[in-house]
Amino acid sequence: MKTAVWQNLDIAARKFTPFLLTLVLVIVNLIPLHLPGYAVISPDLALMAVYYWALHRPSLLPAVAVFVIGLLQDFLSGGPIGLSAGTLILVFAIAVSQARFFYGKSFLVVWWGFMMVSLGMAIIEWSAASIFYSTLIAPDPAIFECAMNIAAYPILGWLFVQVHRALPPEE
Amino acid sequence: MQEDTGPNVTVAAPLRSFAQRFAFVLLLGASISLLMVGRTDPKIFEQARMVLIDSTAPVLDGLSRPVATVSAAVENIRELAHLRQENTALKAENARLLQWQHAARTLLAENDQLRTLMNFSSDVAVKSVTARVIGDSSGPFIRSLLVNAGIGEGVQRGHAAVTGDGLLGRVASTGERSSRILLISDLNSRIPVLVERSRARAVLAGDNTRRPRLTFVSANAEVEIGSRIVTSGHGGMFPTGLAIGTVTEIGDAGIRIEPFASPDRLEYVRLVDFGLDGIIGEKHTPITQRFGDPQ
Repeated sequence: MKTAVWQNLDIAARKFTPFLLTLVLVIVNLIPLHLPGYAVISPDLALMAVYYWALHRPSLLPAVAVFVIGLLQDFLSGGPIGLSAGTLILVFAIAVSQARFFYGKSFLVVWWGFMMVSLGMAIIEWSAASIFYSTLIAPDPAIFECAMNIAAYPILGWLFVQVHRALPPEE
Repeated sequence: MQEDTGPNVTVAAPLRSFAQRFAFVLLLGASISLLMVGRTDPKIFEQARMVLIDSTAPVLDGLSRPVATVSAAVENIRELAHLRQENTALKAENARLLQWQHAARTLLAENDQLRTLMNFSSDVAVKSVTARVIGDSSGPFIRSLLVNAGIGEGVQRGHAAVTGDGLLGRVASTGERSSRILLISDLNSRIPVLVERSRARAVLAGDNTRRPRLTFVSANAEVEIGSRIVTSGHGGMFPTGLAIGTVTEIGDAGIRIEPFASPDRLEYVRLVDFGLDGIIGEKHTPITQRFGDPQ
């Protein structure tokens, strides 16, 4: 009896892992690394997490959770409220709708998909921010950030696979 | 790296799919509405923002310490390698500075005498708080820092954030124990400045690049490469004469300034209260006075 309760608790805790992990990544993204110029183009860790979980286990990171994560990112970063939330929801929607295509494909294909998503997101985010501030924002930081995202995905992807293995299987 | 579990195949079930699409559209709509609300009133989310930043501040504070220690250690090793070189450079600089010290002393004495003659009342007392940088929230569209001092330490909106080198930015919002600093390179930063030598007035406008632009410079103003730019004190935001940077580029793309203070590698900032309420002081100005408008 008692073990069943603990087992259920354990399963519940594991189910929340993707969401909590992504929240932690949003905060980790803010830590100053004291590297010249790094902060401006630091990779968007939440974007990678949303892409990964949307492809592999969307039930563990539902759209509402993605929205909350995006909002937290907007509030903490000081940027326009709704910008990250909107773009992350878009990424989530695209990834979920293409999940079938990526199912069972090699990592390179998944990475290529992330490249496309990251590029699209950079363009949308840059346009939205330019409209929001009604001025043409210099595009180079957005391009560099996109390149950093693509370069960092294999590392974060590896981390997500390890976490993924520890999660209870799909019901 | 092969992924071990597949996607949820039942996602395709019509009902679920419909609910999901509805959720996407709803949440996307919510994001766009939030953006529009924020566009019309930039201050509306400020309170919620500071509550959230305040609650994450202790975590960020704890996490940023070991990172700062490691980075300081790396910096130490790097400096060790250049010790001899730096020593020579510093000796030369010291000799030069001694001359300047002499000049400064003479001027100080002269200034004092002239002030007594004029019955000049000195500036108000300056109060300052030193805060640790706990978060760097800069990104492609924003240049700001989070520090671990807030209302509890006497920090208020509009206080100047300075380093030993010069002006870094100003306090954009404050929480109980943390504040957000808007850097001078941010898109929303506009600072009335002077060209130190010619006293020509201008506005320093950030555009999210490393080097902010000098705008509203009058056509016959004398600006040249290497001119020092200081705050002008107009608008009552900062006092006159805070060092900002030097002119590094004059061209078609406008006049650009290399700031003295760099947000990279920065561990501490000084938040200074010059006793000026200025255009963003909350005591005298109603909410209708919008600050942070790009134009």
